[in-house]
Amino acid sequence: MTKTKRVSAEEELALLELSMDEVVEKVEELSGQNVFDCYQCGMCSAGCPLVEEMDLLPNQVLHALQMKDESAMTANSMWICASCYTCEVRCPKGVDLAKVMEAMRQIYLRKRLDHVSIDGLSHREIRRLPQIAIVASFRKKTG
Amino acid sequence: MKDTAKDFEISGMAVMEALGYELVELERWNCCGTVFSLTEDDLMHQVGPVRDLIRAQEEGSDEIITLCSMCYATLKRSSLFVNGDQERLDKLNAFMNKEVDYEGKVSVYHLLEILRDRIGWEKVEERMTNPLTGLSVAPFYGCTLLRPAEIAIDDPDSPTILAEMISALWATPVDYPFAVECCGAYQVVDHRDIVIERTHRILAAAGREGADVVVTACPLCHYNLNDIQRELARLIPDYEKIPIIYFTQLLALAFGVDTGRIPASLKAKLKRLQTVKGEG
Repeated sequence: MTKTKRVSAEEELALLELSMDEVVEKVEELSGQNVFDCYQCGMCSAGCPLVEEMDLLPNQVLHALQMKDESAMTANSMWICASCYTCEVRCPKGVDLAKVMEAMRQIYLRKRLDHVSIDGLSHREIRRLPQIAIVASFRKKTG
Repeated sequence: MKDTAKDFEISGMAVMEALGYELVELERWNCCGTVFSLTEDDLMHQVGPVRDLIRAQEEGSDEIITLCSMCYATLKRSSLFVNGDQERLDKLNAFMNKEVDYEGKVSVYHLLEILRDRIGWEKVEERMTNPLTGLSVAPFYGCTLLRPAEIAIDDPDSPTILAEMISALWATPVDYPFAVECCGAYQVVDHRDIVIERTHRILAAAGREGADVVVTACPLCHYNLNDIQRELARLIPDYEKIPIIYFTQLLALAFGVDTGRIPASLKAKLKRLQTVKGEG
């Protein structure tokens, strides 16, 4: 359950007012990664602990970026990613997929399109969640 | 460390004192930010962690030791991020114009590295007064001690550091397939169901291999594995909770020093083991 989504993923992408060419260029700039380094071996997806919740597997996200396909940016994968770095340590090409995911999140977050809000948490949730969880979540999902 | 994870600090300080070392808290410190910012252009989120490195520098120390593995990863990655690039360091120092310049000389260590590499497991074993014989302990490493490679304190796929610690205390390390898996981390805030599933998978695997207790080095892993079990107990009939403690609490139990709060179920297990030993 996401707390702040009032628009669809496609509408959110449209709010960026960027072509997919521009998006991919920005992803590579922010992440320092070349999306064409990936040769689709799937090791990242095989090791990712949260794949079951993702619309697209990590390697499919990278492939979509290679193809400049919008699905890379409308899939929920980047928001489910926990930055655990299992993908990066196993990638045979040394692609830092965690940085690619972060870059994709930042493209939205730097346009103030947050994916979690304090209003979306109940008092009970705020009381029971440890500070480390709230701070980490808001660092990753707000701009 | 001062609130929800205070048992980690209490036991950590007690264990190091028992080993003859004093951990000196920085007089001033700030939150490291919990996570390391992963974009190439972001210097703003390095301010928090680098200020902590400046605090250490000001106190004349070239080292910071952390208990929390998330702090370890964030502080260490930040130090590597700025040390590797003079332009970044200059920009950051210029921005933090009310601070002394960070000179780039503070190293970051996790307590487990200090125990393994400087103190040694032999000394840990010698200090032990209550051997934990018969206790099956499952190590849960989580992510940030082992990944990415630039900060890993052990092999990311087959680490042994916690198993070595557990063996030094005469307990039995449990080998199970989820020891290095992610607990779901911050997804617990708005995707609690994901963490419920993760916790169930991790602890079911540990339980199948006979774990009496799981040890962790991260307050977020601790919350996810421990507190989420309450939800599992509601969802699964006859669910048996596995106690989750910090690795410093296991050491404190073996040393007979302040452990902070320990789950009642673990105290009961330890008492049963003592009774068995007494009979034997």
